[in-house]
Amino acid sequence: MAGVTLDTVRKIYAGNVEAVKGVSLGIEDGSFCVLVGPSGCGKSTLLRMIAGLETISGGTVKIGDRVVNEIEPSDRDIAMVFQNYALYPHMSVYDNMAYGLKNRGTPKDEIEKRVKEAARILAIEPFLTRKPRALSGGQRQRVAMGRAIVRKPQVFLFDEPLSNLDAKLRVQMRVEIKRLQRALGVTSIYVTHDQVEAMTLSDKLVVMSGGQIEQVGTPSEVYRRPETRFVATFIGSPPMNILPGKVEGPGRVSVGGQILTVTDMREGLSPGTAIEVGLRPEDVQAGGSSSSTLVMDVDFVEELGATQLFHGKVAGAEFIVQASTGQIAAGTRKLTLSVDPANVHLFDPQTTKRLGRV
Amino acid sequence: MEKRALFSGKVLPYALLLPQLAITLIFFYWPASQAVWQSFLMEDAFGLSSEFVGFENYRFLFKQPEYYKAMVTTVVFSSSVAVLSLACALLLATQADKSLRGGHAYKTLLIWPYAVAPAIAGVLWMFMFHPSLGTLARPIRALGLDWNPMLNGKHAMILLVLSATWKQISYNFLFFLAGLQAIPKSVIEAAAIDGSGPVRRFWTIIFPLLSPTTFFLIVVTIVYVFFETFGIIDAITGGGPAGQTTTLVYKVYADGRLGGDLGGSAAQSVILMVIVIALTAIQFRYVERKVQY
Amino acid sequence: MVESGRYRNLLAYFVLTVGIVIVAFPVYLAILASTFDSATIINGNMPLLPGNQAVENYHRTIFIGSARSTREPVGTMMLNSFIMAMGIAIGKILISVLSAFAVVYFSFPFRKTAFWIIFITLMLPVEVRIYPTYKIVADLGLLDTYTGLVLPLIASATGTLLFRQFFMTIPDELLEASKIDGAGPFRFFKDTLIPLSITTIAALFVIQFIYGWNQYLWPLLITTKDSMQTIVIGIKKMITTQDALTEWQIAMTTAVLAMVPPVLVVVFMQRLFVKGLVETEK
Repeated sequence: MAGVTLDTVRKIYAGNVEAVKGVSLGIEDGSFCVLVGPSGCGKSTLLRMIAGLETISGGTVKIGDRVVNEIEPSDRDIAMVFQNYALYPHMSVYDNMAYGLKNRGTPKDEIEKRVKEAARILAIEPFLTRKPRALSGGQRQRVAMGRAIVRKPQVFLFDEPLSNLDAKLRVQMRVEIKRLQRALGVTSIYVTHDQVEAMTLSDKLVVMSGGQIEQVGTPSEVYRRPETRFVATFIGSPPMNILPGKVEGPGRVSVGGQILTVTDMREGLSPGTAIEVGLRPEDVQAGGSSSSTLVMDVDFVEELGATQLFHGKVAGAEFIVQASTGQIAAGTRKLTLSVDPANVHLFDPQTTKRLGRV
Repeated sequence: MEKRALFSGKVLPYALLLPQLAITLIFFYWPASQAVWQSFLMEDAFGLSSEFVGFENYRFLFKQPEYYKAMVTTVVFSSSVAVLSLACALLLATQADKSLRGGHAYKTLLIWPYAVAPAIAGVLWMFMFHPSLGTLARPIRALGLDWNPMLNGKHAMILLVLSATWKQISYNFLFFLAGLQAIPKSVIEAAAIDGSGPVRRFWTIIFPLLSPTTFFLIVVTIVYVFFETFGIIDAITGGGPAGQTTTLVYKVYADGRLGGDLGGSAAQSVILMVIVIALTAIQFRYVERKVQY
Repeated sequence: MVESGRYRNLLAYFVLTVGIVIVAFPVYLAILASTFDSATIINGNMPLLPGNQAVENYHRTIFIGSARSTREPVGTMMLNSFIMAMGIAIGKILISVLSAFAVVYFSFPFRKTAFWIIFITLMLPVEVRIYPTYKIVADLGLLDTYTGLVLPLIASATGTLLFRQFFMTIPDELLEASKIDGAGPFRFFKDTLIPLSITTIAALFVIQFIYGWNQYLWPLLITTKDSMQTIVIGIKKMITTQDALTEWQIAMTTAVLAMVPPVLVVVFMQRLFVKGLVETEK
């Protein structure tokens, strides 16, 4: 087993397009690291550089203590699960899983032992003689995982492995991947654009945008304390509301004339400075008992079953509130919202960085 | 269009290309350049020496009435075959496209002539229309027509056109059928709802949608008549009677082999190359357009 | 599908049937002629139902050959045609699958150049360069050899383009997975590319076999010995001596024999044949 260390890794394509702009990241041995971001943010390129499928334009990639920049993919001791599975269509399930071992000259009985073991873990034993095309999407996914497992690699790499599955299967496979990773304890790097997958799977969550890392942390750190406005609006669904505001004094900001108290606020901001105020839809309460409140004009309501989404405007900006069904009376046109000072996020409108306590 | 994942190798790719490149260079580029070079040479009567004569062979060629005659013959031959084979193929394809019982068997029964060699096709039609023993020549002669493709140039040309068409229908049929089956059914249904009858539907909807296929087949058929019908001509008429069925390609062969005029034959080859390159370029533009769809 | 009416379907059956009859008639006549003796054919009153000379005609044609003109047994000619057709089909597949592999899966200087050198040959059919090619083959001492029959016809762009096009449809991830599984170029070629290309190979084989079997001009030029003749050339020689001398029953028997192998290939490998035909033209 081994961790993975990236040191100012760059990828520059022909025509001077910089897809990855100097990423440094340490991934601990045995941990599950998820790279998340919108398409084109460089997450897949980064993963493919770790795999050895893309050349590295600058910086170093280390697997364990070994710099692997110039090492062939097959010699990096990694295994990869592709988005479209990339199963060999003309080989049986068994041969698909055995192929990498055969190429390495693993003895036949050892191959058989490992394939059988992986098939048992993944519950694909009945399909071993079938061709991939005779399998369902979920089964193919398991074979792709099986192909990775039998190799007993130092690192698993996953490139959006669940995005070809339907919603229900995706949830099921997500749980299985997590369980499997726990059981095997292999360092895993997982790329996805789906923030739910990212939150649920990761020990270490890496949010990327524009070829750079926006924030690294545990899922709860990233969710609770987003370092940039990008992270704030990317993680969480529905996304965090961003309202234009002004600094009133230490621990106090105003939004459209309504004063809010804030726990996590940079010291020394001069009153009158423009600021962006972020509030998660699930972090504001209807009812005005608190000292910090906002007034919202409701436009319409979306029913989600257990909860409702109230869409409307606060101080002229779009605003969404999530509340348990029945908590707010039907037909309400004006809502008073109370805000817990601990749940207010402040961002610099220019740099988009968090203006929290240092 | 390129692959994202590639192998790198210093020697291997060249080794893989070697057989094809070697054969291509030896049997394509060298002879083609020789043809160009020879077209500027003239041999003496015994073929012992040759001298550089510039465009003399070309000039001589364009002074020959036979060359113009061969051009006209080629144009008449190829346009007749193109019109006839495309029309028949389209008619058959539209009928076969209807969801008929046994449709697959019909398809099989129509495409096999593709497999018949042009020379054999010529022999079959020759036999059928042979002036003294042809099964179909007798009724024609009974009508009082002095049918004799061996002596009458027009008759010979008709026979060539029929046998060349016979062989090409299967190919055009196959492509028209594929083209018809690629037209989304919803388009035809929409036209039906818009109230156009089957005939109108064909000419206003289906035929325009088939136009890329039609264009492609016209070019292919012309190339076919230019080159592949050599076997048909050689088997049926040998270019005669009196050179009346000598096409451009046949003339290259006849002048070089029978006449021994290698320089003149080479000049004709070069002109043919230019024509083929032009036709291929046209076809390539079509291919490109198709790719962009 | 917009349903066609009953009468329109009848019309369709009628048109197709007429088409099939016209297409089949010349061949039917040839088959008929192969069942009569010479006299019946020459008097110009050949019946439209088969005669009883079939066994005699086919036996004589295959094992003895025509008494006049070319005297080679047609069996030998068929063997020559078969060797040439197989040589062209297999040779073309071999060299084009290798060159397509190089052009698609390797990055190296001159990749584009190599591709264009091959691509341009699409524009140079053998007919436009026959005499210079003949001279080269003669200089190499390859007249009247199978090598001479086959080699000049196996290099052309069709095969390379067809394989290139197919390779482009194979997902990149398959190569990447192979790389991670430790496969180099040879293993990838042998274990993945070739097994996936089987139908493309078969389709190209069908097309090229027919192409090779039906060659006319090239064998006409470079074979001088009767023993090297292909069947398509042989039949031409049988009827070239004018009229009365032609043994029509033998000539038409030979024609039938010349059609059998390629027609069988088309009929029984129709799916591959159609695929090959449509895809080589893309």
